[in-house]
Amino acid sequence: MTLSHSQLERLQEALPAGRSEGAHPKKSWVQEWQVALKRDKYLYVMAAPGLLFFLIFKYVPLWGLLLAFQNFSPYLGFWDSEWVGFKYFAEFFDNPDFMLLFRNTMAISLLNIVFFFPIPIVVALLLNEVRKLAFKKFIQTVIYLPHFLSWVIIVGICFLILGEGSGVVNQLIVEFGGQKIQFLTEPNLFWAMLTAQSIWKEAGWGTIIFLAALAGINSELYEAAQIDGATRWQQMRNVTIPGIKSTIIVLLILRLGQVMDVGFEQIYLMASGPVAQVADVFDTYVYRVGIQQGRFSYATVAGLFKSVVGLILVVSANRLAKKFGEEGLY
Amino acid sequence: MDKSMGAKIFNALNYTVLTIVGLVTLLPFIYVVIISFADPTEYLTKSLVLIPEKWSLSAYEYIFSTNAFVHAMGVSGFLAVFGTLVSLIVTSALAYVLSRKRLKGKKFFLVAILMTMLFNPGMIPNYLLVDSLGLMDSIWALILPALTSAWYVFLMKNFYQEIPDELEEAAKMDGCSDIGVFFRIMLPISVSALAAFGLFYAVAYWNTYFSGVLYINRDSLRPLQVLLQMLLISASQMADPSMAAMLESERTVPPQVIKMAAVVLSSLPIVMVYPFLQKYFVKGMMVGSVKG
Repeated sequence: MTLSHSQLERLQEALPAGRSEGAHPKKSWVQEWQVALKRDKYLYVMAAPGLLFFLIFKYVPLWGLLLAFQNFSPYLGFWDSEWVGFKYFAEFFDNPDFMLLFRNTMAISLLNIVFFFPIPIVVALLLNEVRKLAFKKFIQTVIYLPHFLSWVIIVGICFLILGEGSGVVNQLIVEFGGQKIQFLTEPNLFWAMLTAQSIWKEAGWGTIIFLAALAGINSELYEAAQIDGATRWQQMRNVTIPGIKSTIIVLLILRLGQVMDVGFEQIYLMASGPVAQVADVFDTYVYRVGIQQGRFSYATVAGLFKSVVGLILVVSANRLAKKFGEEGLY
Repeated sequence: MDKSMGAKIFNALNYTVLTIVGLVTLLPFIYVVIISFADPTEYLTKSLVLIPEKWSLSAYEYIFSTNAFVHAMGVSGFLAVFGTLVSLIVTSALAYVLSRKRLKGKKFFLVAILMTMLFNPGMIPNYLLVDSLGLMDSIWALILPALTSAWYVFLMKNFYQEIPDELEEAAKMDGCSDIGVFFRIMLPISVSALAAFGLFYAVAYWNTYFSGVLYINRDSLRPLQVLLQMLLISASQMADPSMAAMLESERTVPPQVIKMAAVVLSSLPIVMVYPFLQKYFVKGMMVGSVKG
């Protein structure tokens, strides 16, 4: 037996009402909602577009994950496509591509953590010691800028400057009697190029959060250190660095939680024929196999794998960050 | 104290290192800007041009004589203005509502939005969603999937929470509705936050690239970054026919110089706007991201 919507509503209204005939009549949650909706109707109206966005564009696609268990065909659609269980999971994990994707993703991510992560900290520390405000502001303005330019522009400039034929760097190398370097097509240089680009684009922007942490250090600590006769260097070691230590640890932990996210646009733009073996990561694979070759179900499996591992990493990283007594992501 | 030898050396070293950092960031851009004004014949005849002897606007003239580039700038410009406006309204309205303590269901909404930051269904389900909503090859495919962001909603919510409740109560006493309070009280006093997030949205819309690749096939809706990619990156490797044609035709200006001019034109709006908004976004980033 199924209840109609109106029957259900009446039932829900009737039940608590029967129970709470005592001195303090307790409202049912339906009634509470009715009151709230009436009182704050404009608030709910204002929130509606935003909430609808999250519902439609973040929750509805979860449904699409069922594709991973189907032999999905766009012509048959979701309802009529054949269910195949874990067939595509087996295929994906058996495929040698899988290990390749995993290796490339890990390598690019770890290179980023080792070489990229410390740079904003060092630059922020240096900027913090600058006493000439105009100079400080100028450097900040300059190093934040690349963050706002698209990956297409950054990669494009990279092609223009490092290109083999007409790139100015290679022209300079030849001018000084050196051998041209194939910056863009040499697989051995590819990961280094990605890391260098990331540093160039985002390291300056990364200083903001450390500068904020530095600004939050109590200035009395510095005064006390100066009275004790501490040099600038000693102040940095004993006041500044301990002051931002927790920020560094938390950001590092949270960064480790995002090992699977290696920057899709950048890699997609940089990956050309000769470097394919070192450039393919989960996201580019999903695009190539799924969108370009139309293997939706198989590509959904690859994407799902990445998302699940990412979820586990982020949740554990967040737990860890909280253990250090910080707020974490949530 | 600051006059000691060590401090002097440290200062000199510090300023030198930071200057180098600044130069390394800036030099590639400066080079691209300079070459974009290089005289075509000089660039073609010399093997290496660092600073041209003769200057010329021919690359820019060439770009503005082609339809494709101007049109793509129009598409991205429209996205940056219209998209930003819609995104700001949706984001700030949602953030404001979620900042009201009395709101019933607030916790549920906040958790539901937070969850979306943790798990991303991935490219294929998103693609099929946009497809089944019938948004393919429409400007909405470039706006709606990026309409707001959970992260910005949380940051803005923190911002609105810091505004004292008394302000809202006073306005209500004067007969303002919730919508009136939002538009007449809250938005005007949150100009700095709106400026910061407006800049972030405008930049994101101007830089729209991959959703253009995924969702747009019509040339007339092609965003600037997609055109740039064809011009700068794929034309040099895969030879996209339409782009190759754009670069080949006439050939009075070397493609390299045209490309540099294209880079300059596409970054110009950002370079021009952002220094004025810098003070806002630095503050905006810090709201809620670092505890005192």
